[in-house]
Amino acid sequence: MTEIWSAVLVLSITGAIFAMVLYFVAQKFKVVEDPLIDEVAEVLPGANCGGCGKAGCRAMAEAFVKQGNMDGLSCPAGGAEVAKKVAALLGCTPEEKEPQVAVVRCNGTCANATAKTHYDGLQDCAFANSLYTGESGCAFGCLGLGNCARACQFDALSVDPETGLPVVDESKCVACGACVKACPRGIIELRNKGMKDRRVFVACRNKEKGGDARKSCSAACIGCGKCAKTCPFGAITVENNLAYIDFNICKLCRKCVAECPTGAIHAVNFPPKVERPAAPAPTAEAPKPEAVPASNNQTQA
Amino acid sequence: MKTFAMGGVHPEENKISTAAVIEEFPLPKTAVILMNQHLGAPATPCVAKGDKVKVGQLIGKAEAFMCANVHSPFSGTVAKVETCKDAFGLTKPAIYITVEGDEWEESIDRTPDIKRECSLEPKEIVDKLKEMGVVGLGGATFPTHIKYSIAPDKKAEYLIINAVECEPYLTSDHRVMMEHAEEICIGVSILRKALGVPNAYIGIENNKPEPIAVMKAMAAKFEGIIVEPLKVKYPQGAEKQLINAITGRRVPSGKLPIDVGCVVSNVGTAYAVYEAIQKNKPLIENILTVTGKKLQAQHNYHVRFGTTYNDIIAHAMGTLPETTGKVISGGPMMGKAVSNLDGPTTKGASSVLVIDESEATRATESNCIRCGKCMNACPMGLEPYLFSSLVKNRRIEEAGAHNILDCIECGCCFFSCPANKPLLDEIRLGKNLYRGILMAKKK
Amino acid sequence: MKLLNVSGSPHVHSDESTKKIMWRVNLALVPSLIVAIAFFGLNALLISIVSVGSCILFQWLIEKFLLKTESTISDGSAVVTGLLLAFNVPATREMILLVIIAALVAIGIGKMSFGGLGKNPFNPALVGRVFMLISFPVQMTTWPKPGQNLFSMVSQPTTDLTTGPTPLGMFKENGVQAVGDIWGYFVGHIGGSLGEVSALAILIGAIYLLCRRVISWHIPVSFIGTAFIFSGILWLCDKTAFMDPLTTILTGGIMLGACFMATDMVTSPMTKSGQLIFGFGCGLLTIIIRNWGNYPEGVSFAILLMNAVTPLINRWCKPKRFAN
Repeated sequence: MTEIWSAVLVLSITGAIFAMVLYFVAQKFKVVEDPLIDEVAEVLPGANCGGCGKAGCRAMAEAFVKQGNMDGLSCPAGGAEVAKKVAALLGCTPEEKEPQVAVVRCNGTCANATAKTHYDGLQDCAFANSLYTGESGCAFGCLGLGNCARACQFDALSVDPETGLPVVDESKCVACGACVKACPRGIIELRNKGMKDRRVFVACRNKEKGGDARKSCSAACIGCGKCAKTCPFGAITVENNLAYIDFNICKLCRKCVAECPTGAIHAVNFPPKVERPAAPAPTAEAPKPEAVPASNNQTQA
Repeated sequence: MKTFAMGGVHPEENKISTAAVIEEFPLPKTAVILMNQHLGAPATPCVAKGDKVKVGQLIGKAEAFMCANVHSPFSGTVAKVETCKDAFGLTKPAIYITVEGDEWEESIDRTPDIKRECSLEPKEIVDKLKEMGVVGLGGATFPTHIKYSIAPDKKAEYLIINAVECEPYLTSDHRVMMEHAEEICIGVSILRKALGVPNAYIGIENNKPEPIAVMKAMAAKFEGIIVEPLKVKYPQGAEKQLINAITGRRVPSGKLPIDVGCVVSNVGTAYAVYEAIQKNKPLIENILTVTGKKLQAQHNYHVRFGTTYNDIIAHAMGTLPETTGKVISGGPMMGKAVSNLDGPTTKGASSVLVIDESEATRATESNCIRCGKCMNACPMGLEPYLFSSLVKNRRIEEAGAHNILDCIECGCCFFSCPANKPLLDEIRLGKNLYRGILMAKKK
Repeated sequence: MKLLNVSGSPHVHSDESTKKIMWRVNLALVPSLIVAIAFFGLNALLISIVSVGSCILFQWLIEKFLLKTESTISDGSAVVTGLLLAFNVPATREMILLVIIAALVAIGIGKMSFGGLGKNPFNPALVGRVFMLISFPVQMTTWPKPGQNLFSMVSQPTTDLTTGPTPLGMFKENGVQAVGDIWGYFVGHIGGSLGEVSALAILIGAIYLLCRRVISWHIPVSFIGTAFIFSGILWLCDKTAFMDPLTTILTGGIMLGACFMATDMVTSPMTKSGQLIFGFGCGLLTIIIRNWGNYPEGVSFAILLMNAVTPLINRWCKPKRFAN
């Protein structure tokens, strides 16, 4: 009997001592934190993708609360819904932001940009980029080694083994921008999703002169400027032999798509064109919008 | 016999072109002269389209501090001043020359006589090296005049001439020592004078008994030139390892050889110095080894810069052997794989090495078995296997804390890895990323 | 013409490969295998075949159906595990089937569950052996009498299966007077597990591995040296209670463990200093377990315990930097 009692006694005393120690330590090292941070962190997605530029969702919540409003801070992964919730907690109006999506601006598929050499080194875009131009000889094009796909926390990017280019799954992409940072050649851009997810963009980054660019890739932008002349809204600028379409100005008329001699301008998610006898068919090289059915939610970049 | 303190490997030597006497390479029809053939900023073109140029005429002027003059290796007409894709596909400023005849600048002494006396003061020597566009020919192409302009708070005690040629296959240093021993010794004496050091040491690995004998006999006639045979071990030709082998000193992390009182120049540079100072001949050509196990004939050529790799291949072997896997500019351990054979050779090129696909193709990578061979092979005492996993997981700062920047990229780790892991690729990537982090921190 | 390859330097590679290393280890184990068959007869042969076969089979099955990766059985590491496992069990008839369980544990739990060769923190063969020692203590410590040869086993399959004690077992029970002659231990006329009988055969294999630079001398020397010195000190203190140092290192699994199992690259430290510490720890723990533990033999436990601290040793023992 005494054994039982002594055991109970010893355990109780130790328990009490530890409880006291814990209590005092907890009091002494208490960190006073705004409970609002927890609440904000609760509504954030919690993926810690780093798309906001902060170390993680918790850090972002701290930044929100510290600032007291949402100016200049936004959670790309959460989008408008999360923004609304955070705004409600902070008591401010959310910044209106167009939903965006990652767009791969290279059309150097295995067929368009044929391999001139065989790369046999580390399967990492950043390294291959520091070593040489890549298999196609284009110093601006996609290397296809998948750093973007590895950077994506949302499983929205994968490298298509057939084309050698990354494919964005628009239903999963939250425009966090991790892939944009991961790409050593700045090929991926966040563009506005556009009306009905329709977008027109230049799928090329080559700044070389037309002839040089064509040498490495048949679908390269050669900087001819036809698109810029055609564009009725002035959305297209050509700089360093490379055209760029400003998605804030573009009205998705697609006149440039038909005009581009190399098919470097892509139009995605448009419904199939109705064949009109009078209208000439789009040029052979231009990607036919028919190839991408409206229901298909992937950017064939 | 002396060698460096730690690590190192013994790759198959394959010095199959040692017997090939240096030949003059025929002039190509057109040539492309890159404006940055050296470490640092590109030179500024000082000729225009349509200008006639002579061999040895200044065509690219060094305007930045870290830069070297570029002289025309050919006579003819400037076709255009534009950009060009170099042998690795990178776009660089360049001058295109249509070669016509072979007309040299009058100031250049083209007689075969050896000129032994040099009356120039150290300062004048350095200035003349700058004017002649001499750069280090060991591979790094560091402008020689900068190396020999010693800062006032530093003092050079040793001049070390790198004739180690530890890279497999390469024989250009071997040949130049066999054929131009006296010129080299005069060049070394000039460099010794420029630095004001009592002794110059010529380090040669003892797998080259003939050059050692030739150089020893020649050095005996000169004051303060000591030939130092070294035990064969790669990478003995790396600057830090060579200094360690000869003087026992170690260049601290992030420091330069001059911080331990040493200046290292390649034996080819010494020859170029002789030609520049004594013969007024700017740096316009280099000795290139054209070699490969599958080639019919092995060659050592005097090749003028601007000759394309295709020109060299066409002349030396017609076409590449059917089973060619890689063409390498430089040795197989540290050279760069050529991706654009239309690219021109530059001051840094020391060989055209044709490697068979059986050797050139990397074997499949498997798991690290933690054998530690990479670590034992590392001449800098680093842990390549650790960098590999840190870089893969993008823990770059940790890799930095483990001194990833000490790596000299000799390739011993990958060479010895039984699991075929691309260790050096990963380390290079890690170094680049870590430098980026350091730059961002500075800002 | 084919496209030119492009990659970073170096462009050549030594002819080292994991496969070569593993097959060299296998070759180094052959002398001990021959001795085992000579001393223990058919059982030893069968145990070895079953052990190696099941290790290969389990690895193949796991890679094919569970991990769905390419098979790596040709790298020879499963054969090494199988042989070492066989060397660590007594050559009794029951073991021929029991060793299959050991192989499953060694390959399945000891190696593949961590991701295959190179990722396992513990020596797979020892994981298998210790599992057996705990699960089948009687079978694992029933030692057949040595000296039965192949022919006697075939001609008189049942009568000769009397059990003989091991020197360590005898010592544990009877004290110091039971210990036999040292030369016998060295050449291998003693009871014990398959691979433990002949120090000579083990040394031949180890010297081959040293020459081939598969192992370095650091672990074996510090392991055996520590065991020798520590047991020597104990023996000098009390010659009746402790075994003499020479017998200590020649009997039981110290030789096999120090030369083949502690030197396993994957589970031992990489730097020379780390390897010395590792060997020291193994030697010390072995003697402690032998003299004060419940089991007569402690090599397996000692090596496994040191395997566990290997990552720490690797962290602590860094190579000397050149630029320091």
